[in-house]
Amino acid sequence: MDIPYTVEERSDTGLFNAKLGIWLFLASEVMLFGGLFSAYIFLRFGAPDGAFHEWGQELNIPLATLNTLILISSSVTMVMSWASLKLQDIKKYKLYMGLTLLCALGFLVIKYLEYTAKFDHHIFPSTNTFFAIYFTLTGLHGLHIIGGMIVLFYLWIPGRKMWESQPAQFTNRIEIAGLYWHFVDLVWIFLFPVLYLL
Amino acid sequence: MSTNHDTKDIQQHIKVYMMVFAALAALTVVTVAASYLDLSSGEAILLALTIASIKGSLVASYFMHLISEKALITWILMLTAVFFFILMFIPMTSFIDQARLG
Repeated sequence: MDIPYTVEERSDTGLFNAKLGIWLFLASEVMLFGGLFSAYIFLRFGAPDGAFHEWGQELNIPLATLNTLILISSSVTMVMSWASLKLQDIKKYKLYMGLTLLCALGFLVIKYLEYTAKFDHHIFPSTNTFFAIYFTLTGLHGLHIIGGMIVLFYLWIPGRKMWESQPAQFTNRIEIAGLYWHFVDLVWIFLFPVLYLL
Repeated sequence: MSTNHDTKDIQQHIKVYMMVFAALAALTVVTVAASYLDLSSGEAILLALTIASIKGSLVASYFMHLISEKALITWILMLTAVFFFILMFIPMTSFIDQARLG
């Protein structure tokens, strides 16, 4: 039996099922990151006056700015890969999905360089409460990037054969994966100023 | 399958995506530049979070298509936003309490 509502919309929700599913998941993700943002506020208020800002000075703003631009670019290539499928252009889809993965990899490489530079300077999560929450938030965000990359890689190569048999369902899969990917970008949009600039 | 109408629609979307991309890149530069201004910490936090909120809304509205999404999703997200703000407010209450105790 075929799984229902992978393409056609349910009359009660007005959505295909996966879209409702991913948004519920993203709502739970908002609360997951929300808890940690809440911890950030708690630690910032609890630290001596101005200490959080001072501890944060150790971070590399140019690298993080570059990473922000890379992640924004990956969101654009992600949405373009979906738009390419809507235009029936599988070649462009492959190109844009490949670029999305490349951006994601670039983001992780820069994050790796940042982390190792901190470790070289003997800065660890135990150094102070700022770095405790910095490593927790960016680490969890990095795990989300890695998880997203696994799914995107699947959809880029092995999972692509679905385009031949069920193009509409495959296009929806890309939309759903994109929603997750944009969410990860959105989290970074807030992490960047909160951790690096304030 | 797609019709000419759909194709035109998508091509219009792509133009919007490119404009959003430019706006996001520009706002990233603005927020970094603003961090070098001589502002009080309260003003700096307000400015940085305002810019981040604008960027976040652009991503959610256009890349995530919330601007034209079904009402059910809007309701789910409004509920999530309420709980998110409660979550942000909880740590504040402990400081209100401390201030009260002196």
